[in-house]
Amino acid sequence: MAKDIDRRIIQDLLDNGVDFVTSVPCKQLAGVIEVLDETEALKHVPCNKEDEGMGLCAGAFMGGMKPAIIMQNTALGVTLNSLATLIQFYQIPLPMLISYRGEVGEPVACQVEMALHTKALLAQLNIPTYHLHHASQVEELPGILKHCQMCSKPVAILTDASFWGSAT
Amino acid sequence: MIRYELLELLKETLTNELVVCNIGSPSQELHAIDDQPSNFYMLGTMGLCSSIGLGLAMATDKKVVAIDGDGSVLTNMGTLATIGNNHQKNFILVIVDNGSYGSTGDQPTYTGGRTSLAKVAEACGCDTVVECSAADTPDAVKAALAGDEMTVIISKCDSGNRKCPVITMNPIMIRERFMAEVAR
Repeated sequence: MAKDIDRRIIQDLLDNGVDFVTSVPCKQLAGVIEVLDETEALKHVPCNKEDEGMGLCAGAFMGGMKPAIIMQNTALGVTLNSLATLIQFYQIPLPMLISYRGEVGEPVACQVEMALHTKALLAQLNIPTYHLHHASQVEELPGILKHCQMCSKPVAILTDASFWGSAT
Repeated sequence: MIRYELLELLKETLTNELVVCNIGSPSQELHAIDDQPSNFYMLGTMGLCSSIGLGLAMATDKKVVAIDGDGSVLTNMGTLATIGNNHQKNFILVIVDNGSYGSTGDQPTYTGGRTSLAKVAEACGCDTVVECSAADTPDAVKAALAGDEMTVIISKCDSGNRKCPVITMNPIMIRERFMAEVAR
């Protein structure tokens, strides 16, 4: 069941020109994906793996669209080569809305293992990273999306359990 | 017939169509045979040629031809399910199937064994799948370009590469001149 925060996030994407979204689902992102599928102005193409999704985004960008990817942090590892040799090498702006599993409030111990590596991997790749820890911080999203387009880089927006738990 | 000879044959068919070309030897050979702004060369990122092509086809009305390989598709097999469930009439996927990882020394892939990418593509929901010899591939591509159906062409080639220079063009240059062609 989608919440106001999910609708707000999708509206922010729309307001900032995003018109193509690929995704691999996460429980925390289910509401966002639900609203996405109700939003005709956003083309949603689910992918099977996040690096495949980055290929779709690169193609859509070269066709004149503004892509974004919705994914879970545990998948960051499979995207490293695509980020370095495609998205960064060809300077493609790509907002990555990432559920930050494995943070405080996480019920599944295994999720913590990739949470421990998430920021280190993003830092190693020099990817601008924004960690949203409380629902009120969603107000930063429009600025982040503009920044992404301005610098033509992938940017990571990490949304943890506290962010989603404090959302209405 | 090896991939290089196939690409030479395709030169007169692919004049100003948008072409997304697989990493390594395929891009180097295409670049040596017929460098054009309408070619997007992958300089890295094994496996994503078909995905880039599909994403591009979704964003433009122009015909998009992705020249991929069997090893590359095997590494990103989920792409065929995405393609099969998101038919783009302007998208043609040519899988040069030489049963080997050409760029890395012609090590065998499983398509030279028991695996049929044509059957995988069909099972993934691709309606128009053509498996043909390399010699028959230009006609298959011409038919697909003339038609109005998303087409997956599996072109059975011999294993082997022609030594061509590494592409030294700046990636931003490759992308920007390609995007100018898309927007033209």
